[in-house]
Amino acid sequence: MPGQTYFPDQTMPQEKPTKSAPTKAWRVPSYWPFVLPALVVIAGIIIFPWLFTIWMSLNEWKVGAPTTFVGLANYMRLPTDPRFVEAVWHTIVYTLLSVILPLVFGTFAATIFHQKFPLRGFLRGLFIMPMMATPVAIALVWTMMFHPQLGVLNYILSLFGLPAELWVFHPGTVIPSLVMVETWQWTPLIMLIVLGGLSAIPSEPYESARIDGANAWQMFRYITLPLITPFIFVAAMIRMIDAVKSFDIIFAITQGGPGSASETINLYLYSVAFVYYDVGYGSAIAVVFFVIIVLLAAFMLYMRQRLHWNQTGGAA
Amino acid sequence: MLKKPLSRRTLLQSSLAAGAMSLAPLPSFAEPQWKKYAGTKLEVLLAKGPRGDNFQKNIKEFTDLTGIEVESEQVPEQQQRQKAVIELASGKPSFDVVHLSYHVQKRQFEKAGWLADLSGFMKDPNLTASDLVESDFSAAGLKYAKDDKGRLLSLPWSVDYFILYYNKEMFEKKGVAVPKTFDEMVAAAEKLTDPAAGTFGFVGRGLRNANMTLWTNFFLNYGGEFLDAKGDILTDGPEAVEATKLYQKLLTKYSPPGVAGFNWMESMASFTQGRSAMWLDGVGWAPPLEDPAASRIVGKVGYTVVPAGPKGQYSATYGDGIGIAAASKNKEAAFLLCQWAVSKKQGARLLQAGGGVPFRNSILNDQEVRSGVKLPKEWVQSVIDSAKISKLGLPVVIPVAEFRDLVGAGVTATLSGGDPATELKKSHEQFRPILERSEKS
Repeated sequence: MPGQTYFPDQTMPQEKPTKSAPTKAWRVPSYWPFVLPALVVIAGIIIFPWLFTIWMSLNEWKVGAPTTFVGLANYMRLPTDPRFVEAVWHTIVYTLLSVILPLVFGTFAATIFHQKFPLRGFLRGLFIMPMMATPVAIALVWTMMFHPQLGVLNYILSLFGLPAELWVFHPGTVIPSLVMVETWQWTPLIMLIVLGGLSAIPSEPYESARIDGANAWQMFRYITLPLITPFIFVAAMIRMIDAVKSFDIIFAITQGGPGSASETINLYLYSVAFVYYDVGYGSAIAVVFFVIIVLLAAFMLYMRQRLHWNQTGGAA
Repeated sequence: MLKKPLSRRTLLQSSLAAGAMSLAPLPSFAEPQWKKYAGTKLEVLLAKGPRGDNFQKNIKEFTDLTGIEVESEQVPEQQQRQKAVIELASGKPSFDVVHLSYHVQKRQFEKAGWLADLSGFMKDPNLTASDLVESDFSAAGLKYAKDDKGRLLSLPWSVDYFILYYNKEMFEKKGVAVPKTFDEMVAAAEKLTDPAAGTFGFVGRGLRNANMTLWTNFFLNYGGEFLDAKGDILTDGPEAVEATKLYQKLLTKYSPPGVAGFNWMESMASFTQGRSAMWLDGVGWAPPLEDPAASRIVGKVGYTVVPAGPKGQYSATYGDGIGIAAASKNKEAAFLLCQWAVSKKQGARLLQAGGGVPFRNSILNDQEVRSGVKLPKEWVQSVIDSAKISKLGLPVVIPVAEFRDLVGAGVTATLSGGDPATELKKSHEQFRPILERSEKS
């Protein structure tokens, strides 16, 4: 509950108020010994690396060469770097597609698996299997499947009399093909989250809707969808953060190619920092990337909160 | 004290024996003091592959010979390069000996001063066998191993020439002769291409970065040089444009669809499945091509040198070496190990298994070693012939990875219809400032 606290010193009103005893020495709050280890860990593994990354981004810092302070020069390079600009665009397209498609398919799958039919449990288990596999192993299998001459996908197309596709081997189709892999792997996660939401919906609204003569689509549109929207938002947020920082599948299948047609910010950042060893510029990209992710996450949280307030009759 | 007086016969026999001994041939080379550093422990960082396998498989021989304990690890190539750079930059690498990729790391390692100078060790008979002399290494190997001051910073280990693999059966079926020039190669590719049957005349790397190792074969044979006297990059000049036009023609008209995304693996798959008639790539792929478990064209593969261009005939050459970290405290023992790694025995094993080609001429020219090679004789001949026309395949600059990425992306863009001159200009506009910055620093 909001306002509830577990800190003992804040729940002891019988002690003398500090205002009335100005001469009394300041006491270390009693919760500090409990908080300190966590603070030390957070400072060591989150705050310090971040401060250090910001510091590196302000320097011309190449592995094996002396470093020089250059201020914001690395950040100024970003908008004039065509590869970075292109990578931002690729990231947006890739993320949008990788969020929307699994959401649509996952929600659809959840509504199906929410019904009762024979072998439901077994099929559910089967459906979530892609999620359990290692992304790099999956990527290698898909690479073989995508092969324009020897891959099974073109063979399947040929069975239906459809022309062969170039999949990840053409700049125009590479991002949709990669999204296909993401969708295949992560639709089950959305399905699981939405299924959880569906099972929490009471059956009464449906009964009354049925009495009122609502059809299946109307029940889904006006009852199911509004009630599972908070769950869809959670799923969308998890999926979006995952998709925006996606690396393994793209790296293993295309390494950002053909050319740089599937190079996202994350892949470009990797190349700059660990292939070109330009740590300063790489850090600047990392900082900008971090800001983008935080803004996106904040936006999603805000939207979810807004929706929650609207539904509970709170502030709009 | 002699109990018996020396007889005339004994004296004669002794004199003859002494004379015979002086006439007996001396050992052909002197051995270093192998046991001097017994008990030392060395750490080695290797790139995963046949060189690393050959090293680890036989390392016990080195320990038996020297008493030096060796701990080594093989890491996949890309990660090994990163690990080496990060550890060397830290000043306290965890390894004494490092396997380095010349065409990627040479200039970076030299400029950072990460490798120990081996020139002194090479002159020390206590450390170096007399058959290990600089002149035994091929010119390309020495160019890679020495810095601009002439110091030997590593020992050249294995060379990778580009050669032309061709499918003899497909050639015979269409009555096509093995191409000797680029023009003949284009004509052959045209004849051998039959998209309806799913067969193509040519295949090669189209993927950005990887494609540069193929493209430079065209560039060099159109008379291209990577850098001018001032160190400016020349890969957008007229030779580069002509080379890119040839690359574009071969890969768009006579190669399988989707070649823009092909690395060596996809190219090899197309070739081993009998879908492509010619493949231009590194010399090290012969073992899988001749392996019945991995190839449908065993016994049908022809091997020859890169065809000549209008301005010369060169085989773009890449390679790796083995060096000692400047921060190592066991440099002498480490040198003995490097020497063993590039020794005639180890080199012969590498060549005979087709796992690499030693830089040492004494190994390549040894008939006994050659006769032990399990791969076809044509392959060995293509290796010997390529050695005569070898030329460094990438510019010796620090940002070689950026070069491969940026210019490689430009070259790949021509496969989707980009104009060669425009694409090269565009990619060099991005690369030149990077080159300038890195050389200045």
